[in-house]
This record gives sequence, structure tokens and C-alpha cells, in this order.
Amino acid sequence: MTAIASNTARSLQDLAPTITAKVKEGDLAKTQMGLMAVGAVLLAIAFFSGKHFYHSYLVAYMGVLGICLGALFFTMVQHITRAGWSVTLRRVTENTAAALPLMAVLFLPIALGFNTLFHHWAHANQDPVTHALLAETDPKFDQVLAGKASYLNATSFFVRAAIYFAIWIGLAVYFRGKSIKQDETGDPAISLHLSRVAAPGLLLFALSVTFAAFDWLMSLDPHWFSTIFGVAYFAGGFMAFFAFTILLARYLGKQGYLKEAITTEHYHDLGKFLFTFMVFWTYTNFSQYMLIWYANLPEETRWFEDRLHHGWGSVGTILIVGHFLLPFAFLLSRHVKRSSVGLAVGSIFLLVIHCIDMQFLVLPSQGSHDAGGTGEKGHGNMTESVSYTLSHFGEDLGKYTHGLCWADFGCFAGLLALVAGFVLWNVRRTNLVPIRDPRLAESLHFQNI
Amino acid sequence: MANTNKWGVVAEFDSAAAIYTAAEKTTAQGYTHVDAYTPFPVHGLDRALRQGPSHLGWIVVCCGITGICLAQLMMYWMNAVDYPIWVSGKEPYAWPSTIPITFELMVLLSGLGAVFGMFGLNKLPRLHHPIFQHATFWRATDDRFFLAVEAKDPKFDSAQTTRFLESIGGKNVAIVED
Repeated sequence: MTAIASNTARSLQDLAPTITAKVKEGDLAKTQMGLMAVGAVLLAIAFFSGKHFYHSYLVAYMGVLGICLGALFFTMVQHITRAGWSVTLRRVTENTAAALPLMAVLFLPIALGFNTLFHHWAHANQDPVTHALLAETDPKFDQVLAGKASYLNATSFFVRAAIYFAIWIGLAVYFRGKSIKQDETGDPAISLHLSRVAAPGLLLFALSVTFAAFDWLMSLDPHWFSTIFGVAYFAGGFMAFFAFTILLARYLGKQGYLKEAITTEHYHDLGKFLFTFMVFWTYTNFSQYMLIWYANLPEETRWFEDRLHHGWGSVGTILIVGHFLLPFAFLLSRHVKRSSVGLAVGSIFLLVIHCIDMQFLVLPSQGSHDAGGTGEKGHGNMTESVSYTLSHFGEDLGKYTHGLCWADFGCFAGLLALVAGFVLWNVRRTNLVPIRDPRLAESLHFQNI
Repeated sequence: MANTNKWGVVAEFDSAAAIYTAAEKTTAQGYTHVDAYTPFPVHGLDRALRQGPSHLGWIVVCCGITGICLAQLMMYWMNAVDYPIWVSGKEPYAWPSTIPITFELMVLLSGLGAVFGMFGLNKLPRLHHPIFQHATFWRATDDRFFLAVEAKDPKFDSAQTTRFLESIGGKNVAIVED
């Protein structure tokens, strides 16, 4: 069905003359400005009134970053698999990934809050007054952090952040740029070229996302380590990306765009992906939990101990139910995935749950740990704690909501609105679909078996 | 003549597009027991044949739930009833340790349910099928597409159905005995 053999691909104009290729001049501008304004205002209020702004902001930032990274990953995977079905969706995802330069700018508050967020290791083994390095014989000397100092220090933290953004922005701009170029030339060779670039691109992506998750989330508790952590972060983010894309495409459809290009068949597949990565999140998180629970080693269980106390146990239960059991039962049926209301409800629900997941990763680690770290505190028997958690759900929920600040949700909503506005701006500036992609016809006629 | 000893009428087509249109026309004519035989899956053909959704999903769900229940029962009975043993401070029945086996047994029974359910719904395995008697049917695994209207179709009439299949472009249209 593909037209790879011919010299230039047939254009959207040829294939489906009724589909609008571009947003009308000035259309959707109000929504875009509105979203950006709401986002900026929410973030500003949070900055001045939040009780732990930097942590709330990190929750929001990692949550929304996962969506943009998911868009980049999705774009590259479609190229490497030479997928036909998703071509009409691809410009939307390219435009979502093109918010990564904005995410680099929005990293600024994290850089500003560096000492607050990463206080567990930012000044490891330094005397708080004189800033002189502690002697190894000093009772406050932290052997674990001393061993990690070559990785966990401010300089290498920012150098690595720069490398991650260079990779992500480079890939996002390259893939979007080439795709837009194909809109003009209709050259099928661009598709073949991008499928080749996607392979090293995905490799770089996997490594950079893993290390970014280590740097920006896992290092909040610098004594703790989990090799699957990067994958678990990616899984949640990729799921949120599908929720975001479904809602964005629905919105564009309601405004009269892409309605015949992104059909029930495409939504059905997006729904399958949403379901899949919701389950994959559960798979990775349970793998992490079970190994740590089984081995019951103090240096590993300490992370979960933080998340079983101060009310966080209830959030763990909320995540098991809300990030797995409920959406599993809800999204399993093909009728729900093919229903516009059903899929939209599932997407909104999972975006909220994604925010709670990020809170679960960030907020419990903000408190002060004993400097010695391993041993003194982290000796909780996790078996005991599981039954404890279930029987104290109501009480824990009260503690969790009490410790929560409105900005823990408000920042996420604000950042999501800001980025959605930016994505909408990107959407308005380009064609709505890759109008001369050689597999466009296949995508327009795509049907699920 | 009665239709009792007839299986149906079979027609041959040259391309996926041809059999797709033929299937649409045949079902539009009111035939309900129509089936297509193609060398490869043709997208949308099930819709053209007006076949409802497959029941396989229900079989798989039931098998999956059976797998979950079996696994939980098995591990609960073995670890907490028959031979309770405390391993590294965990209770005899500790739910996190049961999840991998529960998952695996669910997948195993779902997979077996999908394969054998598909066999059952397709009435497989069988050594012979009446349609094999059609002279050129061997090409169904190579480069030809076949459409069959079965005799159990209430609208079936061997002469009329044969004429109809010929009129929509079918070649080598032949009545196949049961």
C-alpha cells in the first residue's frame, strides 16, 4: 500500500481533498494564549504561596517532561518500525516533542532550587559552617555519599543536564524539521533516512532518560538505588503522553481539524497504547517493589519505608488501585477504547494519577535523613508494613492530604497548561499532518482487524 | 432437487480488491452464510462479509480469570495450609511473592485459551473440508481468492446463487457437494 517506489509521494490534497491541512490563520489563538496565561499564573501563584514550591515544581516538571519525552520516543518508534497507521498522528507528536526546548528553559527553577531539592547530597561531607570537607574519622562523615561524590556533585549534575537537553532537543528538532521538509519536497528518501536515524536516536534516548531519572528523581534520596528506576519513570511518562495526545487530538477534532484524518481506528490504537503502558508502569514498579521487599535489605527498603509512613502508604494503595486495577478494568474493553467519551475520561483520570505518581516519587524524600543513612532508620520490616498500610488507609489518607500543598497539583496543572499552549502554538504553525509522507494513504485508510 | 447433499457454491476471484467488492455485493444481496478463503489476510474483509465480533475474547478472559484463581488457590493451599513455612521473615502466605506466578499462570491459560479456543471456533483440526473438491481451490494458498455461499444459507438456491456469483465477476463458479 505504500508509495515508496514512486519518486514523490502523493499529497494530502490528492488523497483526501476534504481534510484541512492547516489551522486557519488566527484560529485556536485564544485557547493557546488562554492555556499559556493560566499556566503562567498558576506557576507564579505557586512560587509565591506554595509551602514547598521547588518540590511541587519538580513533581510537575517530571510529570510533564515525561509527556514531551514520550512524544519524542513515539515519533522515533514510528520511524524505526516504518509504521503506516500513525502517520496522521505524527505531526501532533512531533509538535509535542518540540516543546522540549521550552522544557529546557523551564528547568531553570530546578537549577535555582538545586540546594533545596538535592540537599541530601549537594553539600555532602561538608561542614555546614566552614564548608570544609569532613575528615573520614568524623562521626558525620557519610561513606556512601563519599563513594558517589564523583557522580553526585553540582558540576557534573549540570553538565549532564546540558547533555540530556542537547540530545532531546537535537532529536526533536531534527525529526520535526525533516518531516516538515518532506511536506514541501515529498521526497520518500526522507522517510527512509529518518528510520535509520531513529535507531541511534532511540539508544541515546534510552540512556539519557534513564540517567535523567536517576539525577532528578532518584538522587532525591542519594543512598537509595534501583536499576529499573529509569524504565519505571519512562513507563509512567509514556502512558501520560498517550493520555495527552488523545485529549489534544480530540480537542483539535472538536475544533473541526483532523476529524477525518484521526479516526476511531487511530483512537482505538492510542487507547491500546494507553492501556499497555499503564500496565507496563505496574509491571516495572511491581518488579522494583517485589525485589526490594523480598531481599529486605536496609539500604534498599529505606525508600519504601519513607513511602509507608507519614500517610504515604495510602498513596501507594491509591496508585495500585488508580494506576492499575481501576483503569485495567475500565480500558480493557474495545468498546471503551473506541468511545470518545470513555477514552477521554480514562485519559483525564490517568493524567491526574500520573501527577500523584510523581508526588509519590518526589515528596516523601524531602524530609531530612539521618546522615548515616543505611541502618539506623531503614530497618522496617516491609511485610509488616503492607498489612499495616491496608488497615490504616483512612488515617493515612488524612495525613497525606494534610501534608499536601495545593501546588502539588496546581504546579502540574499549570505546567501542563503552559506546555499544552506551547504545543498548540506549534500545531498552528505547521501542517496538521505530514501532508506528503509516503505512508499517508495507508494511515488515512487504516483499520483495526 | 433438495439442497441436503450440497455444501455450497464456490467462486474464484483474481485479487484482494475483487473479492472484497464481491463479498460486499453478496452480503448486500442478503446472503448470510458467506465465507472467503484468501492466501493472506485482507483488511476489512470481515466487515464486508458482515461477520460479527469474534467470541474468542470471552474465552480468553474466562481462561485468564481461571488462571488467576488457580494460581492463588494453589499457592495459598501449599504455603499456608498444607506446609506452612516462614521464609526470611515473610508470612507463609505473602501476597507479593504470589504475583509473578499468578501473572504467569494467567498468561499461560489465556494463551492456551486463545489458541485452542480459535481451534474450537474454527472446528479444527479436521482432515477434510467439502470446499477442497473445488477444482482450483488449491490456489487459495497461492494467488487466488475464493468466495463461498453455503447451502445452509436460507437464501441459497444452487442455480440462482451460481448465476449471481457469475454476475459479480466470479470465475470457475461450481456447486460443491457435501
